[in-house]
Amino acid sequence: MSTFQLTHLEELEAEGIAIIREVVAQFEKPVMLFSIGKDSIAMLRLAEKAFAPGKLPFPLLHVNTTFKFKEMISFRDEFVKSRGHQLIEWINQDGVKSGITPFNAGTQRYTHVMKTEALKQALSHYGFDAAFGGARRDEEKSRAKERVFSFRDRFHQWDPKNQRPELWNLYNGQVAKGESIRVFPLSNWTELDVWLYIYREQIPVIPLYFAKPRPVLQRNGTWIMRDDERMPLEPGETPELRSVRFRTLGCYPLTGAVESTASNLREVIEEMLRSRTSERQGRVIDYDEAGSMEQKKKEGYF
Amino acid sequence: MLHGEELDRVGIDGWLESYQRKELLRILTCGSVDDGKSTLIGRLLHDSAGVFEDQLKTLKKDTTRYGTTGEEIDFALLMDGLQAEREQGITIDVAYRYFSTPRRKFIVADTPGHEQYTRNMATGASTSDLAIILIDARKGVLAQTRRHAFICSLLGIKHVVIAVNKMDLVEYSQEVFETIRRECGEFLGRLSIPDVHFIPMSARRGENVVGRSQTMPWYQGAPLLDYLETVHIAGDRNTIDLRLPVQLVLRPNLDFRGFAGTLASGVLRKGDEIVALPSGRRAFVKQVFVSGAERDEAGPGMAVTITLDREIDISRGDLIARPNNAPPLEHAVEAMVVWMNEATLVPGRQYLIVQSTLMAPVAVTDLRYKIDVNTLKSEDAAQLSLNEIGRIRLECAKPLAADPYTKNRHTGAFILIDRLSNATVGAGMILDRTPAEQAIDRERRSRDAGTNLTPGAGKVSPEQRAARIGQRPFTLWLTGLPRSGKSSLAHALEHVLFERGVQSVVLDGESLRKGLSSDLGFSVRDRAEHVRRAAELAKLLNDHGQVVLAAFVSPTAEQRARARATVGEERFLEVFCDAPLATCESRDTTGFYARARKGEIANVTGVDTQYEAPAAPTLRLDTAGQSLEANVERILELLKSRMLLH
Repeated sequence: MSTFQLTHLEELEAEGIAIIREVVAQFEKPVMLFSIGKDSIAMLRLAEKAFAPGKLPFPLLHVNTTFKFKEMISFRDEFVKSRGHQLIEWINQDGVKSGITPFNAGTQRYTHVMKTEALKQALSHYGFDAAFGGARRDEEKSRAKERVFSFRDRFHQWDPKNQRPELWNLYNGQVAKGESIRVFPLSNWTELDVWLYIYREQIPVIPLYFAKPRPVLQRNGTWIMRDDERMPLEPGETPELRSVRFRTLGCYPLTGAVESTASNLREVIEEMLRSRTSERQGRVIDYDEAGSMEQKKKEGYF
Repeated sequence: MLHGEELDRVGIDGWLESYQRKELLRILTCGSVDDGKSTLIGRLLHDSAGVFEDQLKTLKKDTTRYGTTGEEIDFALLMDGLQAEREQGITIDVAYRYFSTPRRKFIVADTPGHEQYTRNMATGASTSDLAIILIDARKGVLAQTRRHAFICSLLGIKHVVIAVNKMDLVEYSQEVFETIRRECGEFLGRLSIPDVHFIPMSARRGENVVGRSQTMPWYQGAPLLDYLETVHIAGDRNTIDLRLPVQLVLRPNLDFRGFAGTLASGVLRKGDEIVALPSGRRAFVKQVFVSGAERDEAGPGMAVTITLDREIDISRGDLIARPNNAPPLEHAVEAMVVWMNEATLVPGRQYLIVQSTLMAPVAVTDLRYKIDVNTLKSEDAAQLSLNEIGRIRLECAKPLAADPYTKNRHTGAFILIDRLSNATVGAGMILDRTPAEQAIDRERRSRDAGTNLTPGAGKVSPEQRAARIGQRPFTLWLTGLPRSGKSSLAHALEHVLFERGVQSVVLDGESLRKGLSSDLGFSVRDRAEHVRRAAELAKLLNDHGQVVLAAFVSPTAEQRARARATVGEERFLEVFCDAPLATCESRDTTGFYARARKGEIANVTGVDTQYEAPAAPTLRLDTAGQSLEANVERILELLKSRMLLH
């Protein structure tokens, strides 16, 4: 006889599905952020399961900074089409007009304009009152105290001192007009859980996660892949071919690659189990200062 | 590094295979800033390889800046998330941490030990399976230890580890440890925590945390991590009481109507009969989807969608249960509440309640008392302030399908939301009320409801109505054991009267329990209430000229006397359907008595509650020996003799 004991992945899956359903029940116009990364892919699978055999009752939103890896965009289009989802792409046109790049404005300013501001524009433009994000509490210290339903004022700002207590599985989604919430169905997942889930579910992921020889440059102790000509070379710099892969994905000039030979899911999981560094190491934006994520989140970053 | 060792041993395929069986354990840690709690968690994370090298590097940088440990790495800094808190050197919120070992995955909710932060601890405790309460060996049991244990008990945590930390600072003394264990025993005995475990340790030195201590040979038990990996939690799940709070109704197309939600408890199988609350409508389960895939059955904690064999009205906030195992529907509940907001709770205020998936307006009608968490004594209170715990009475605009929290941690819990600020202001746990309390409550409510009514305001008198219809109204009250033939007699009589031009109405358990009494169960109190309603209804119908044929077990003389008083002496005819219990049992084709004999249903008259036969009924019928027709004839004779029938 079955004991109905859930494994940790089944329990996390059930929790994520319940969170997604709860938002659809409590909010009028939700949207799911889709960044094409592994977390987004796992979160999207939970959403598909939550409403099966029906379709998703909300669209996906991709905030395109215009410096994403080319492969991400082609993978995105193919993946979304094959699953039959509706995708909205948003680019901060003011930013594009001003000609801002990570090279001429610095990473902080660039991220603020093309990610944080762009996201806020998109949410306001469509009037979304709830936005799902794939962030996990294990990613970074300030995330560890983030609620599952994270309340934002009408300026999309987060106040870490004024969060609603969250008990049991009872979520308070009451908001005044113009206010919204960010929702994190993967709050209790770790990087390892996400990979294990993708492995269990056999979900296709973007091949950038798997090692292969790619043209990279060494900058500030990280390997950066030169995905196109927009990235100026310093004097004496020549891209070299190295077997690398990415643990996280974002804007290519801001995303560090790791040297690796892990070329499939099994090998990636094994590498991670033996790894001694966290995935955020590959992210340039967190490095600026201790507490930088907290500052960005207060301003409206995911 | 545990994963590395495991990988070397079993290889990646073996590892991937074993993760399939890995369970999740949610842990709460409680203790004050100085007990070394953050150090303990940092140690668990580090020694089980939950901390990465780059995080360690940041940690080393932070230690020189904010640390309090000098040269050694301050693991506490790993836990304190927000910058402002880090600078103050205190944790002021709940922080969640994750680590896993080859056997289990752990979620750690870290909550502060300051007196004013009961709120955070309750938050962390609400989702935890197990709590670690830290005690500084030098200080022993403090008021906060009692407070932590009380909150764990209140929030229904079944497993507690008392971690006696800083043993290195008391020379690893067994005597110190035993004294603490004894002192804890004194107050733990007054709480309801079934499983308590004591471990002496030094988190700073890593002794008895992950590895066994070499310095305390007198301690024979397992180190903390071993215990966390093996503590048995599967038995905590409730697979008996089916409770599926409906979260969403999914209608992707016209042919599919699914009810989605997470099974709070119990098991649901294809073909099962269910009842939807509050409507009381029944149906059979057609399909069960677990996490989107069709299955034959589902168990506690699973995210399911079900379809039913017929269209019944079910919406978000309803509860799906079993017809013979459903929670009572209550408009008023008693609860313990932890207050979480600066704006105090004052009785009389209205809030929104979120219980399971139901959201509805509620009023806090009474604050019975508040509890001093240090002494566990209750005291009178006019209001409840932030971080205080008290017992309240709530009245809800919608009926609550309310299980006591001690029986069901999901359906027995609720939060209160302030209607203006939208803040979550309270966390509540529904109490198990005795039937007596429920009855007092009901009486109080019916009394309150009656105070602004003036009787006899109608312009048409009962006599005028009776004259217009041309019949004399009366209530024929048939009493007797279940299956003694009351309802059959009533229906036969109804037919005969109809033939003679008399309009009559049959009232029996069957007809009332579907509607008027659908909120009542079968406790002694509920059955008395059921009879009271029947009598009130009979009175109204009589007042409107209708003849009432009421068939109710009404097992006590007192109930029948009350019914007589309600309907009115002159209109009330008591007929005793007298049949021996054995006859009634032998007639029963529904298995009703058989189930009562097996103890599956309680409060069955004749089996486990007594039937008081009427001493002087208007008429006694032998419903075992005489035929139905003969008994109908005897009633007709009675009616004629009373001039109630021509």
